Amino acid sequence: MRFMLLFSRQGKLRLQKWYTATAERDKKKMVRELMQIVLARKPKMCSFLEWRDLKIVYKRYASLYFCCAIEEQDNELITLEVIHRFVELLDKYFGSVCELDIIFNFEKAYFILDEFLMGGEIQDTSKKSVLKAIEQADLLQEEDESPRSVLEEMGLA
Amino acid sequence: MCGARPSLGRGRCTQRGRSLFLSPSHLGAPCRTQRLTSRLSELRNKVTPRSRHAEEHAAHQRERTNMPAVSKGDGMRGLAVFISDIRNCKSKEAEVKRINKELANIRSKFKGDKALDGYSKKKYVCKLLFIFLLGHDIDFGHMEAVNLLSSNKYTEKQIGYLFISVLVNSNSDLIRLINNGIKNDLTSRNPTYMNLALHCIANVGSREMAEAFASQIPSILVAGDTMDSVKQSAALCLLRLNRTSPDLVPMGEWTARVVHLLNDQHLGVVTAAASLITTLAQKSPEDFKTSISLAVARLSRIVTSASIDLQDYTYYFVAAPWLSVKLLRLLQCYTPPEDAALRSRLTECLETILNKAQEPPKSKKVQHSNAKNAVLFEAIALIIHHDSEPTLLVRACNQLGQFLQHRETNLRYLALESMCTLASSEFSHEAVKTHIDTVINALKTERDVSVRQRAVDLLYAMCDRSNSKQIVAEMLSYLENADYSIREEIVLKVAILAEKYAVDYTWYVDTILNLIRMAGDHVSEEVWYRVIQIVINRDEVQGYAAKTVFEALQAPACHENLVKVGGYILGEFGNLIAGDSRSSPLVQFDLLHSKFHLCSVPTRALLLSAYIKFINLFPEVKTTIQEVLRSDSQLRNADVELQQRAIEYLRLSCIASTDILATVLEEMPPFPERESSILAKLKKKKGPGILPDIDDARWNGNGNGSVEHSESAEGLNKSSPSLMADLLPTNRPRPASSSPTMLSAGTMGSAHPFTDLLNLNSAPSAGASLLVDVLSDGFSPASLDVSDENFSRFVCKNNGVIFENQLLQIGLKSEYRQNLGRIYVFFGNKTSTQFLSFSSSLNIHAKAVDPTVEGGAQLQQIVNIECVSDFTDAPVLDIQFRYGGALQNIAVKLPVMLNKFFQPTEMTSQDFFQRWKQLGVPQQEVQTIFKAKHPMDTDVTNAKILGFGVALLDGVDPNPTNFVGSGVIHTKSTQVGCLLRLEPNGQAEMYRLTLRTSRESVSQRLCDLLSDQF
Repeated sequence: MRFMLLFSRQGKLRLQKWYTATAERDKKKMVRELMQIVLARKPKMCSFLEWRDLKIVYKRYASLYFCCAIEEQDNELITLEVIHRFVELLDKYFGSVCELDIIFNFEKAYFILDEFLMGGEIQDTSKKSVLKAIEQADLLQEEDESPRSVLEEMGLA
Repeated sequence: MCGARPSLGRGRCTQRGRSLFLSPSHLGAPCRTQRLTSRLSELRNKVTPRSRHAEEHAAHQRERTNMPAVSKGDGMRGLAVFISDIRNCKSKEAEVKRINKELANIRSKFKGDKALDGYSKKKYVCKLLFIFLLGHDIDFGHMEAVNLLSSNKYTEKQIGYLFISVLVNSNSDLIRLINNGIKNDLTSRNPTYMNLALHCIANVGSREMAEAFASQIPSILVAGDTMDSVKQSAALCLLRLNRTSPDLVPMGEWTARVVHLLNDQHLGVVTAAASLITTLAQKSPEDFKTSISLAVARLSRIVTSASIDLQDYTYYFVAAPWLSVKLLRLLQCYTPPEDAALRSRLTECLETILNKAQEPPKSKKVQHSNAKNAVLFEAIALIIHHDSEPTLLVRACNQLGQFLQHRETNLRYLALESMCTLASSEFSHEAVKTHIDTVINALKTERDVSVRQRAVDLLYAMCDRSNSKQIVAEMLSYLENADYSIREEIVLKVAILAEKYAVDYTWYVDTILNLIRMAGDHVSEEVWYRVIQIVINRDEVQGYAAKTVFEALQAPACHENLVKVGGYILGEFGNLIAGDSRSSPLVQFDLLHSKFHLCSVPTRALLLSAYIKFINLFPEVKTTIQEVLRSDSQLRNADVELQQRAIEYLRLSCIASTDILATVLEEMPPFPERESSILAKLKKKKGPGILPDIDDARWNGNGNGSVEHSESAEGLNKSSPSLMADLLPTNRPRPASSSPTMLSAGTMGSAHPFTDLLNLNSAPSAGASLLVDVLSDGFSPASLDVSDENFSRFVCKNNGVIFENQLLQIGLKSEYRQNLGRIYVFFGNKTSTQFLSFSSSLNIHAKAVDPTVEGGAQLQQIVNIECVSDFTDAPVLDIQFRYGGALQNIAVKLPVMLNKFFQPTEMTSQDFFQRWKQLGVPQQEVQTIFKAKHPMDTDVTNAKILGFGVALLDGVDPNPTNFVGSGVIHTKSTQVGCLLRLEPNGQAEMYRLTLRTSRESVSQRLCDLLSDQF
């Protein structure tokens, strides 16, 4: 997989993950171009399209589009299920997930994605394994958290 | 509520309608997609009736109250507030303002005297990350992120790594510091930290990181005590480094142990390892050959397992679909297993997968069918890759045939795509053809353009002589309503098919004119150049073409491309229809001229040339045309080109005699035959990978219109400017055969072995009087030692010195095109004295050159060559002259070798291996292993292989150090496709060269020639 994008129906990019080195300017251009193409497609159309030298696999979940760019010889259907598994993971972690969860906890969404995909390849397909890894990390996190004084919180706001 | 502080309590806010993804209840719903969409439209309906202001206000409120509580762990309150603020900004300006305020705040905190604690650093770094992801530039904070790496608090470290993997580019000067942090974590023996570090390396994947860690990661991967999750990360991390800097990932004893990970207990480890091994095996298949049996065994266990056996690795009742797909991919790096037992086990697996496709679904969910079919499609890809089991191929084709009518658009799309590759296999081509009606129907009824596009591709791939008329007709009718985005491609495809399968050229002309009429704007120059080339090269169609364009031009509005074709063809062949009073010269001229003023400058220029040709063809319209040329709008045209043409043509028509006019404006000679420029254009447009190769027939050699192809006129140049120049009558090319000073080929006879194979003839250089006595009498081949010491130096190059002694230097310049060649031989007198009675002749044909060569002077001789059939012996040039009284006799073998008649052929990896397999008969392959005679330099080898005449194919051989080439040898009677592969072994300083062609003699000769070069 070359990259994965999450964007909303309004064309707001919610998450981007690049698995090959790409210049910032090219990234922006590619994102804009792809969003335009994907958003223009009608609901019943097929989930695959050719774009440049890549294959795009996308699926819409409510207001969010999940969009993966894969290479010529990669399997489209399994990529569709990569997307679905990712959504399941998000859903399981956040409870029933919504776009706002991803906006406000973007770093968590990245961590989950990282546990699931690495270098564009699937790391573990077991939902349990991935969530265990994330929960372990959360556990560590909770231990880290020391009680914070009200004053400190105020100073930060 | 308005203005209330966002609630950030730990309890979740479970307002209805907020959850937009899957809730557990929805996961169980039979048709989730529909539910989701219907729920969505409900939402939308609720919102629309309200006034805009009210809606915004409400949205604002929702925003504030709905800000989700962070479910677990951390609470970076400041971050949540900031994100909320940004979302509440009503305009872009407000957002920028808010961001700038925050940036200033963070900057001051970072610069402040008070040292920040880890939590604050984490929070600010996270805010910066958020700002960056919104699309704003971030130019500070990197140092703070790096500091977080060394924090002993997990969450701080984690945010540090996230920032770095998103924001740090490879050439940052911080890389050393980052590497330090990674190093500490890698050696920490804490699996969570190690995973973070490995993720970071994989995410950044820069060269510096590869340099620092590439040697360390393999040992983590194969160490016995490494945790499974770390193994998985290490495998994928190594994969990423291997992709970005393969040279830095050394192969070693770990490779064998990596292969054994395929046997691991933990399926997650196997999945990650399978990805790594596939990538490595693509590059060096030999090193990972042992993975074949392990992969087959694993696959077999998965496909035969009951669906629940694999527990969490079963996905919607499909056993380990990801792993299955990966194993099937891995097997595609190799040919079918040689071991019979293994091979039958694999065949069994593939059959089981095909059988499962016929079973009733275990679940109605789309995830079930997607996962199942993902494995099925990958299995079909492997079957196609092996291309060796006719039954499996036909079964695959039938399965895809079912999908062609499936209600899922995705499956129809994939079936069309997959069938394209099946169409090029000889075993399944016929089976694919049976689906023609379904595919045509798809073209007409599919609502999604990308599916229709696949249908066009498949029709193109399945086209052969038997169905070409139907397919071309269907494509033409589709063209009328086709989407603009794919029109040009369809035009190219129709043009290629019409040409390739034209038995009757009137059909071809009609088709192309139809193309121009229906999609004139999308008809590229190459297409209309091509129709003209073909009409010029084929006498039988010229009259029909003239009549047809004349009729087409009658239309009140016709496309400019039609005017171009019409102008050109009537200018050449208008006389063929001039007998009919309805298309008399004057009518023709008036018709063309009626279009003149609406056309662009290049078309007008072309029309002017057609007019001057008319003056030659039809003296009766001369005065009319001269008048037109003389008009101010021509002679004083603002465009220089038009003005010049008008002036010159007018002048020419006034002063030249009829004879001169007839010579200058003679009919165009036939164009030399070359690769179709349309085909080249389509390849360029589509990229070689996607295009099913039209030239299969030529390679297979089994019918399918190879005759038409080799007969048809081939395109001129690939670059259009020169094509344009060639086509304009003022710059007419002079094909060799039409030149009166040249001898026609094939007139000589001799007993020499290669005479019947090579037609050679010498000719004087045009205009020069160097050569006299063009056809002097017979000459017996000299029986002296033939010099061939430099012969082999010319295998991969065309120019240089072939012979040199104290007296004489013989240089050569040669050029080859298809089955024709021309050698310029330069004889240099190195002495200061004259050579007398100088003669130079080929051993099959005698021809004298200027008998005297002055001291220090150079004499030139031209040899024209035609390759009639494949050959081994080279012609010998005999030279005799008198130098100071003594008779000198020199014989030089002319470097005319079979490989000179190569036309390079580009092809994809898939095509290459397919053809390679097709040429699998033992006699077709010649292989040799030899010691390197020269230093083994990749660039030099590249240049040599290119010089040899084949196309060098990048990325075909899984091992990048190997060289793979392909080309077609052109002889007069036939064309021989050749594939070659050169495998250097640097350590042993040896090469292995393998050649496969359809002819044993050709394979042998090419192998002999090339193996001598390294």
